[in-house]
Amino acid sequence: MQLIPCPWCGPREEVEFHYGGQAHVSYPADPAALSDEEWARFVFFRDNPRGPFAERWSHTAGCRRWFNAVRDTRSYELHAVYRLDEERPVTT
Amino acid sequence: MTADIRTRRSPLDGWAERLAELAPAVEVAERPFRTHVTLRLRDAGRAAAVSAVLGVELPRTPCTFTRGDGPHGPVEVAWLGPDEYLVLAEPGLQRTLESALRQAIGDASGAVIDVSAQRTTLTLSGPKARDLLAHGCAIDLHPSVSPSGTCVQALLAQSGIVLLVRDADAGEFTVLVRASFAIYLATWLLDAGVEYREYREVPV
Repeated sequence: MQLIPCPWCGPREEVEFHYGGQAHVSYPADPAALSDEEWARFVFFRDNPRGPFAERWSHTAGCRRWFNAVRDTRSYELHAVYRLDEERPVTT
Repeated sequence: MTADIRTRRSPLDGWAERLAELAPAVEVAERPFRTHVTLRLRDAGRAAAVSAVLGVELPRTPCTFTRGDGPHGPVEVAWLGPDEYLVLAEPGLQRTLESALRQAIGDASGAVIDVSAQRTTLTLSGPKARDLLAHGCAIDLHPSVSPSGTCVQALLAQSGIVLLVRDADAGEFTVLVRASFAIYLATWLLDAGVEYREYREVPV
């Protein structure tokens, strides 16, 4: 089973985690000014890259904290994990 | 509100005899009605005041617990998250601990919640306790990886537990399991421990 390194608890089995979709999707600064199309884009549209992808994960069976991870969608390799208050690290 | 102590039943009430069948390889016992208090505290400046109330330092390292004797008797404080701790104490101290901790936190941002009814306490010891846990838990419990004082939240046979390593060398563990999962986990422990039971003639 794949191990996911939780920033708090260290490497744990994948079944302890919950996937939370794309990271760094920020809430619109002025929601009232958005058109329907822009709302739809914010709510429903996510990137689907082939390669490194910044995602949110939650360690549900452990410390129950959300964190971000950069995962390669081709190989499932995790390049980096970082806390929500940290910047996305530069990965190659 | 306090439960009526004359009629209350712990989640594993009546299981002592069945769990004792695993002895002497694994000694399993429930310690019912222990006081469990969740403490949320962001302000590290208040940690000293909280420690003074409990007589125990708050664990600073993730996945560890601290223990000691304080004004409220033997107390253990488990790390559950970066700003979340679980205070474990003798039964019946819910109100005392709650008010003492609230006073220690003062006007700082935090919370004190009595969660005693959420989980029950199981103690496991004996020469095969580590092997038994390894049947259903992916955490490496070897003393070199999980020394005494380790506290992990993990899955044991698919049920969420808090596991405290009391004595790594002697193989003494405490498992905190949710009340509704307790009977399932006790049944699983009995099944997983079949190979460690002593052979007994079945009466015909």
